[in-house]
Amino acid sequence: MGSVSLHGVSKSFGKLDIIRNVDLDIADGEFVVFVGPSGCGKSTLLRLIAGLVPATAGEIAIDGEDMTEVPASERGIAFVFQSYALYPHMNIARNIGFALETTGIGRAAIRTKVEQVASMLKIDHLLDRLPRQLSGGQRQRVAIGRALVRHPKVFLFDEPLSNLDTDLRSEMRVEIARLHEELGTTMIYVTHDQVEAMTLADRIVVLNEGRIEQIGSPRELYRQPANRFVAGFIGAPRMNFAPVTATARSETVRLTGPGGLDLGVAGNWSATAASIGVRPEALSLATGETAKASGELLRVEDLGHEHLAYVSIADDLVWTARVEPNHETQRGARVGLGWPDDALFVFDGEGRRLGAQAGMRG
Amino acid sequence: MTEAIANTRTTRKPSRYRWRRRARKTGMVAAGLLVLFYTLFPYYWAIVSSFRSGSQLFSSNLLPTIDFTHYRALLADPVFTRAILNSLIVAGSTTLISLVLATAAAYALGRLNFLGKRAVLLTILVVSIFPQIAVMPGMFELVRWLGLYNRIGSLILAYLIFTVPFTVWVLTSFVREFPRELEEAAIMDGCSHWRILTRILLPLMGPALASTGLLAFILAWNEFLFALTFILSDENRTVPVAIGLISGSSRYEYPFGPIMAASVIVTLPLLVLVLIFQRRIVSGLTAGAIKG
Repeated sequence: MGSVSLHGVSKSFGKLDIIRNVDLDIADGEFVVFVGPSGCGKSTLLRLIAGLVPATAGEIAIDGEDMTEVPASERGIAFVFQSYALYPHMNIARNIGFALETTGIGRAAIRTKVEQVASMLKIDHLLDRLPRQLSGGQRQRVAIGRALVRHPKVFLFDEPLSNLDTDLRSEMRVEIARLHEELGTTMIYVTHDQVEAMTLADRIVVLNEGRIEQIGSPRELYRQPANRFVAGFIGAPRMNFAPVTATARSETVRLTGPGGLDLGVAGNWSATAASIGVRPEALSLATGETAKASGELLRVEDLGHEHLAYVSIADDLVWTARVEPNHETQRGARVGLGWPDDALFVFDGEGRRLGAQAGMRG
Repeated sequence: MTEAIANTRTTRKPSRYRWRRRARKTGMVAAGLLVLFYTLFPYYWAIVSSFRSGSQLFSSNLLPTIDFTHYRALLADPVFTRAILNSLIVAGSTTLISLVLATAAAYALGRLNFLGKRAVLLTILVVSIFPQIAVMPGMFELVRWLGLYNRIGSLILAYLIFTVPFTVWVLTSFVREFPRELEEAAIMDGCSHWRILTRILLPLMGPALASTGLLAFILAWNEFLFALTFILSDENRTVPVAIGLISGSSRYEYPFGPIMAASVIVTLPLLVLVLIFQRRIVSGLTAGAIKG
């Protein structure tokens, strides 16, 4: 059983606060993904859980036991590194079995376990080779095998697929998902890849500047982001934002902004709206009445299955719209943009999202 | 007219570049051969001369006549064999001590964070910048004070001055490049510091240790100034000084043949070692310069 709970965990390097007062509960068997921009502390948080980095403050418990001061190797966890970190001078079998050598279970037993794990990962034909003779994908499997052989309560992955090319990456992603289904072990996974986060996670933890911005299922984060940061971080291409001025009316709020934005929104918010956001996939090219904003079409990118139109709403504000491939608009033309009412996200001056109803579609 | 010029230009161009490339290549080969001749011929001539004696030495014949007289005489000379043994002891212990010291220092300087780390590194560098002659008076006093005068221990002590900074620098850059994740992986696998050092770090440091060790050995083996100054009696001499003091049967005879034979005996093993390790020496010295 491998539940993980962090309570008030902080980590500073000198005066630099990397992790600030993080509380997090991960249930047994859950697949949790940490995402965030580079430098947000997601890898440090993972290393704190692993015990590779000591916490400055707070408590870390694994399986209900306080592990804050317990050395990494005795926490019952396994770590898969970004660079795989295979021992270059040992063959694959030794690499996988190395952790067992200190346990005193004997060579034969180690060999059996190694072979078991190797066949599970389909690398049993590589056991006598050295890491440098393996391809990136094979090395990745060995790194996972090295984690598997210890039967950990919790798996920690630190951007494990970032060194692989696109094809291999999706193959390994499926493999990791399969592994999680088969083993049912708790997995914590750090990535900056949205696709990995959205497809693998039961819950995603969005980190920014050492703080948790939001925790939720991929669907929740996409449809009900707690704030502007999460709204902008989840989804690709990222959400379009525009600053607005709010004027309260009797029952609605009038929001005006660049690009001819003039919206009447039913909202009864405690704070004043300061910006709005619309996802590119909610936008469509519109004319006349249906256009809610307009601007100059700068360029259209043809991605085959979709087209991305870049529309300059104001001098320094470009919105991205995912549009139908068969549009007929010329570059430089003025175009209108429309979106369904429920696709609008409204944020206050601090970036918090206003009103649970705005943007709620599912 | 203009058309014709343009035409000849376009037709001539490829062949001209090809010719230029060939000329450049030939030039490079010629320059290479010249450098090879410049560096190798003296050694070849030393070997040729070592087989000759008497008036033969003045012959300009390039081919050697194989004659081991000088070699036999040298190896039968107890002073010379003793000198070789002394040199082996001095260079061997110098290498061993500096490698042990440097490995420990490199791990600390390359891995751990402590106050004054930069200062320590710079001090080590500064020590190696001092010219030998500037160090010598102080070193001489130190050797006397330690009671090491006229003992080979004095040379080991003196040689550490230039071998340790050099080995520390090379090994530190190696340790610095050692991926942190590899160490973390070992920690996750339940390794103690000792186990990390012996099972992970040292095996991977092997090539770096071999190359820096060999270079330290050569430095200590070739050293002349300290060896001449700190040692008084023949039985404690090292080989470079022993060669310098080889004398002929009369004061008017310059023992060219025996000296050449001695030089060949002393340098040949080193040359063979360097040829065996050359690839590793280069990769060891460039550790820190490029990623690999």
